[in-house]
Amino acid sequence: MHFTKNRKKLRGYKEFLYILPILILVAVFSYFPLYGWTYAFFDYRPPYPLSMDSFVGFKWFRTMFENEVKFKSIIDVLRNTFAVSGLSLLFSWFPMIFAVFLNEIKSKRYKKFVQTVTTLPNFISWVLVFSIAFCVFNSNGVINQVLMRLGWIDKPQLFLQSSSHIWFKMWLWLTWKNAGWAAIMYIAAISGIDEEMNEAARVDGASRMKIIWHITIPSILPTYFVIVMLNLANFLSNGFEQFYVFQNSFNKEYIQVLDLYVYNLAMGSGGYSLSTAISIFKSVISVVLLCIANKISKIVRGEGFI
Amino acid sequence: MSRKNKRNKIKVSRSDRIISAITYFIYSIFAFVCAYPFYYIFINSISANNLSERGKVIFWPKGIHFKNYIEVLKIPSLFQAFKISVFRTVAGTIITVMIAAFLGYMFTRESLWKRKFWYRYVVVTMYFNVGIIPWFITMKKLNLTNNFLGYILPICVAPFYIVLCKTYVENIPKELQDAGEIDGAGTLRIFFYIILPVIKPILATVAIFTAVNQWNSFQDTLLLVTESRLYTLQFTLYQYINKANSLKALINSTSSSSNLAATLATTQTATSIRMTVTIVVVTPIILVYPFFQRYFQKGIMIGAVKG
Repeated sequence: MHFTKNRKKLRGYKEFLYILPILILVAVFSYFPLYGWTYAFFDYRPPYPLSMDSFVGFKWFRTMFENEVKFKSIIDVLRNTFAVSGLSLLFSWFPMIFAVFLNEIKSKRYKKFVQTVTTLPNFISWVLVFSIAFCVFNSNGVINQVLMRLGWIDKPQLFLQSSSHIWFKMWLWLTWKNAGWAAIMYIAAISGIDEEMNEAARVDGASRMKIIWHITIPSILPTYFVIVMLNLANFLSNGFEQFYVFQNSFNKEYIQVLDLYVYNLAMGSGGYSLSTAISIFKSVISVVLLCIANKISKIVRGEGFI
Repeated sequence: MSRKNKRNKIKVSRSDRIISAITYFIYSIFAFVCAYPFYYIFINSISANNLSERGKVIFWPKGIHFKNYIEVLKIPSLFQAFKISVFRTVAGTIITVMIAAFLGYMFTRESLWKRKFWYRYVVVTMYFNVGIIPWFITMKKLNLTNNFLGYILPICVAPFYIVLCKTYVENIPKELQDAGEIDGAGTLRIFFYIILPVIKPILATVAIFTAVNQWNSFQDTLLLVTESRLYTLQFTLYQYINKANSLKALINSTSSSSNLAATLATTQTATSIRMTVTIVVVTPIILVYPFFQRYFQKGIMIGAVKG
């Protein structure tokens, strides 16, 4: 008995050795970068390594609020971030409504077709989205050509090189890319509704709109609620790639969201330390937002999502 | 009374029909908006280049030729980028999938030393977000800038996929492993000969997701790579769109080599190269998409339960 127990233990160690290389990879690529946060407390100027001489404490965190130029640009960046996130929060019902009415289509093949086509853009990269935007909207692109033929405009418009309605345009591209995919969650939720409930409503003479309003939408509201809370938790994270590929010197003032600003600050002007300080600040606020969202969820649904 | 009822019924069905018509119409627009850009770029890439340059190709191709695709593949920098993209996708996918399968399996082995602790140690990293600058500095320290391994190593341990695989292995009857054990198979032998063949469906899902991510990846090239030999297709495409100068130099170099045979319709233009490369980059996604669709509904449901 003692012997087999020992052998089992030995086997456990051997198995641990098998996975050890992978565990080391996790340490190196997931845990070790956390150490990089210390750069926010130094005056880091690559390629010189960190030394105690360059330790500056909370200087960069104070700079965010005390340096007037920096403070102004951070306010601009926050305005853009809030505008972009606010728009997507404001229109977060769109994928739900998209799913609800898609479900009303009787022809199975047509439904499948619409779903397939609208989900496809989710799987292409933002670079490709930008490339498509460029091909379609440049001065010789189809949009300008058609508008000119219709006589609505008399010379090509530079849609991508302007800052007008940039937040709304960014929302439109995001929706073009994601709405079909986001709808899948709701479609799954709708297919879980008890068919007997719809049947009973129909027997009672409820119209389709009434069934949608009184049965379908209430049944998928919990899903919608979770999505809104996740949106809220990610309020400061708009993502980086979308804004990076669409930015140019014409729209920079309005397109620079927090994630992009952190990158531009470090890679453009070498402000590694300040940039790290800002991203730490962002992480802290994000964690707070996540806790708030989780708390709201606990109060409303009786369960959180972390 | 009965007449009123009848009228009511007709009214209802008429409003239903109107709703139906509007729904069909609106969803046709949605489908069109999503599909047409791909179609538009495709027909332009096979049309006469002097026409597409001036935006004359809108509904159907004009002056069909496939020279653009041949010419584009002749551009050395593009072919190199294509190789890098394919190689990172294949290698990255194989490694990520194997690690997910192996760790997923190992975390179900009760004999594993401190199993629960190591499982948490891996899974908790799912919620880490260090920010791109600390990440970049770390990569620099590890010498992974301008290094092909920088495309693969940092993302090859994917906690979410490991959780998927672990859940899948847990649902396989235990007897299968026990049988192997009685026959004297060791941990690794059981993995390769018993587990791996059985968990193929979940591995397919993981593989497709990883492959699409690898193929689409852009940010890591932007941050880590400055040497053009390691540029990916996505990155090269981005440069073609944004840096008109580099594209012009490229056009001059290609057109001089094939000057005699080139006619106006097949001479490369900035537009033709851009559109052709876009189609080259998007095609693999469209090709795997049908397989994808079968799996992602399942995938997102598992994700929803997890999240």
